[in-house]
Amino acid sequence: MIEKALKGNSAYWMWLAFLSAFIAVGAICYLRQFFIGMGLTGMGRDLSWGLYISQFTFLVGVAAGGLMLVLPYYIHNYKVFGRITILGEFLAIAALIMCLMFIMADIGQPLRGLNMILHPTPNSMLFWDMVVLLGYLSLNLICGWVILTAEKKQVKPPKWVYIFVYISIPFAVSIHTVTAMLYCGLPGRHFWLSAITAPRFLASAFAAGPALIVIFCLIMKRVANFDAGKEAINKLTTIIMYAALINAFFVCLEFFVGWYSNIPGHKHALEYLFFGLEHGGHVYNNLVPFMWTSVFLCFGGLLLFGYMKIAKIDNDLLVGLGCLAIFIALWLDKGLGFVFGGLAVNPLNEVTEYYPTANEIGITLGIWAFGFALVTILYKVAIKVEQEVEGH
Amino acid sequence: MDNQRRKFLKMAGATALAGISAPAVVKLTASPALASSAPAGHGAATQDSHAQPAAHGEEAPKGVRLGLLIDMRKLYGKPELMDKAIAACNKVHNIPHYDDRKNEIKWIWKTPFENAFVDQSVYHSSKETKENDFLVLCNHCDEPPCVRVCPTKATFRDEKNGIVAMDYHRCIGCRFCMMGCPYGARSFNWFDPRDNIKEYNPKFPTRMRGVVEKCNFCGERLAEGLEPACLEAIKETGAIVFGDINDPNSEISQVLAKEHTIQRNSSLGTKPSVFYIV
Repeated sequence: MIEKALKGNSAYWMWLAFLSAFIAVGAICYLRQFFIGMGLTGMGRDLSWGLYISQFTFLVGVAAGGLMLVLPYYIHNYKVFGRITILGEFLAIAALIMCLMFIMADIGQPLRGLNMILHPTPNSMLFWDMVVLLGYLSLNLICGWVILTAEKKQVKPPKWVYIFVYISIPFAVSIHTVTAMLYCGLPGRHFWLSAITAPRFLASAFAAGPALIVIFCLIMKRVANFDAGKEAINKLTTIIMYAALINAFFVCLEFFVGWYSNIPGHKHALEYLFFGLEHGGHVYNNLVPFMWTSVFLCFGGLLLFGYMKIAKIDNDLLVGLGCLAIFIALWLDKGLGFVFGGLAVNPLNEVTEYYPTANEIGITLGIWAFGFALVTILYKVAIKVEQEVEGH
Repeated sequence: MDNQRRKFLKMAGATALAGISAPAVVKLTASPALASSAPAGHGAATQDSHAQPAAHGEEAPKGVRLGLLIDMRKLYGKPELMDKAIAACNKVHNIPHYDDRKNEIKWIWKTPFENAFVDQSVYHSSKETKENDFLVLCNHCDEPPCVRVCPTKATFRDEKNGIVAMDYHRCIGCRFCMMGCPYGARSFNWFDPRDNIKEYNPKFPTRMRGVVEKCNFCGERLAEGLEPACLEAIKETGAIVFGDINDPNSEISQVLAKEHTIQRNSSLGTKPSVFYIV
């Protein structure tokens, strides 16, 4: 089936070439980091996790977000998602591969990565995260490929594959829960030490993943003659609305706990993220514009969707803008704010602000570009197969 | 696609997957940590914690637990003594020097009271508390969060003496231990440290780029019958006392029995082995 990715129009190749440029820059930046050291990043002794880990965290969410397609289709037999469920599975594959790349970019001794397997340590959440991420990746590879192959041959998928489909549902929840557990079990990191971290991660994942799928569907409608169907898109935007609202609700709860209890440790990170934290005569506020952008984009997207649903407006461009707004909002919230905010105040109550370096951003963009290229290729294969079957 | 090639790829993929996961499965099932609740080798330190009472309870001491006591009363107004202790540590352990905070490596350093003891009030604190810096280092916790989070057992609690140690050759540099440590005691080698070592001590290994390091209670010196370098550097003041806190006859136990001591972030349940008289 992979041969379907080798035939395409000039726009397809232009797009891949465009992404390749970023991938090449990212690869060069990574080689620099590999040979010179992690010191080329903006991370330091006080703020020792940065852009890589925050992108990893966000992308685990994108991968888990595919659940919002798989679950209705396979459990509730919601046929409308029939054409796009495979997109959720393939997006999960690409997102998980990006996650693994971000982890490799982040560790100081990447060549020793196999120590995670050679010296398995069940009391480390990172060990379990590896287990569930690799598990979920395998499940999606198996399910996606087998089901697509069956579709191509116009036969029913073999029965055994449904076992893997059903297993993949709790796995999707587990990948983001365990990723949240990386953070929420650490003493002395007050912002992260919150039982609501995992539910919040899941809520934002179930909005961000489907939002990205809707955007991809709308793009493919224009460039690849692939129509996901109005009802499917409509249902997805409803799911996105609920999930984004629940996420916003959870963030408000964090504010309540911080301000009503008035415990400084619970407030510091939120103050730093949203209002600027004053410490030793200096106000630390470099993330404030990003966080408020996130708030406005999130509620802007929600209002737009709400208005469109009430007024029964159907406009692809507006749907796409709404999804883009919510996706960016959640990326700012989880892909930047959550990790950097939690680290701004170190265990010694010293404040450090994080500024990623150009080299670090180069690697990050390279991995994102690689992910987009992967999604492009996988989606190309998926929709070509579907179109072939439908006799286009 | 060619059917045989497809079959071959499938088989090869499955075999590779099984091969990769096999060592993990074998090791996990063979691990005494899962087999029984008996204290096992390194890494299993946290496993037997269920049997112990919660954070504030006193448990019966077992084995040797090395601890360090800093009598700040003997260091007030004498920052040069603290600098001496820090310099001794830096020299003995080949700790590189960086001018910027970002790349800094430090095993023992001085910091104001409000930073060292974040859970203590500084409202109306005394002149001495306000004006002096305090020595801080790894607390060699009895319940170390860094050991709990390490995915490779590269940091572990030595059951023989309670030292929380590092295996620099196993560390993958994920820095999860730095996230777990509520004392900021750990440093990461962002660059090759060997370029920045002022005076090389051939008796202690230098580290490589990309691994985490921290105070080791001078385990290598203890093995030779020496005292920790920081203690030795300011021995004449008697400001640092080191020994087995589980042995009631040790010097440190006797000071602990006599004086009121405090610990850093004791509310977090890490059970630090470093004590302060302030």
